[in-house]
Amino acid sequence: MVTAFGIALLTLLVVTAVAVVVTPNLFVAVMLMSIFSLLMAATFFILDAADVALTEAAIGAGMSTILFLGALALIAEREARGSGRRRWLPLAVIALTAFTIIYATFDKPRLGDPSAPVHQHVAPWYLEQTPVLMEMSNVVTAVLASFRAYDTLGEVLVILTAGLGVMLILANGRPDLSRQGRAAAATGLRHHLIPRVVGQLLIPFIVLFGLYLQFHGEFGPGGGFQAGAIIAVGIVLHALLEGEAAGRAILPTPLLVGMMAGGALLYCAVGIVGMLLGGNFLDYAVLSADPVAGQQLGIHLVEAGVGITVTSSLVAAFHAFADREPAA
Amino acid sequence: MKLFGLYNYWVFALLLMIGLYAVIAKPNLVKKLLGLSIFQSAVFLLYISMAKVDGGTAPIIQHAGEPQVFSNPLPHVLILTAIVVGISTIALGLAVVVRIREEFGTIEEDEIQAPDRDR
Repeated sequence: MVTAFGIALLTLLVVTAVAVVVTPNLFVAVMLMSIFSLLMAATFFILDAADVALTEAAIGAGMSTILFLGALALIAEREARGSGRRRWLPLAVIALTAFTIIYATFDKPRLGDPSAPVHQHVAPWYLEQTPVLMEMSNVVTAVLASFRAYDTLGEVLVILTAGLGVMLILANGRPDLSRQGRAAAATGLRHHLIPRVVGQLLIPFIVLFGLYLQFHGEFGPGGGFQAGAIIAVGIVLHALLEGEAAGRAILPTPLLVGMMAGGALLYCAVGIVGMLLGGNFLDYAVLSADPVAGQQLGIHLVEAGVGITVTSSLVAAFHAFADREPAA
Repeated sequence: MKLFGLYNYWVFALLLMIGLYAVIAKPNLVKKLLGLSIFQSAVFLLYISMAKVDGGTAPIIQHAGEPQVFSNPLPHVLILTAIVVGISTIALGLAVVVRIREEFGTIEEDEIQAPDRDR
């Protein structure tokens, strides 16, 4: 039954992806992309990846759609006519490559094969050692924040850099909104009763759920990345309902930039404190007299850093698009 | 039935190529970014499919000590962070597209290159 459902979802994914590429209307394409992400999240859930499904639903179906729409508001909504000339060459290339990849899959282990090479390497060790070294339930959080903390630090820095890049690219040039643009951005959806009432009701629960994921991430699905994305969605929803100015007021730009850098710095600081206490960079066991308590403390602090940077970077990217005046 | 075990990988191949097609064949820059998102999601699907173990569950240990089967947590970690990094880079791409629209008045690749071609 689950297998059949999974196959139906995967088929729908292909159909949606084709529709995204084929439709000439970019607004339609972005909405279809949101559906695509939701289907992808459901597929991840069926494949037992609860944490990944959570992230994909919050980021792909939520935040990514908002950012694409924010950009579309500043550019044309339709593709130019006749944009698909000389189609046969790319089609031939992708047909050949698809054939090659599918031919190669016949050598791959079947889905769910427990003896596949991927399950023989470090994964059993992670599953075995997480309850011993950290006394935590969620192995994904343990691997993310402790065993592979170097990776995660790099990724946090990429997010910080991308967030700063968006701000810098869109901040120059026209800083002032025109009077008309300012009026439209200032009101948001304030005059639309139903979205406003429903949205305002949802915001506390969205933020609360985000905080729950942040602080409960070591026992259930959750962690800094998921929590950051969900809290950012709550803040962005507030800005959409109440207007840009009200959205900015709760997190002013200096605070936002401070949070972006502060989260990454907190992460680095935990690593450096570990070094000063005689351990290796990002070795949390030395943070407390009891190595298990030290690991838990380190993971909590690092996840907090991740959550702060992810939230503020996503909110900053949204504000960068929302503040800009559409080109004539 | 045995062949269905490869269906995830076939969908991966198709999605990868649909995304690649949008990137190389569509002149519209927003379409290219959407294609890049699809391409990216295809890779995510490949990793998560490989992590699946028959009869397993999400890697959250409920009763330590009891023998339980879990899916592989490592690909989950890699993809979880890759999703968030992906949206950040897509946002950066969109910011560049917005600037291109303001400078050139269009987001169609051939129209942007037209002035260079005439010279």
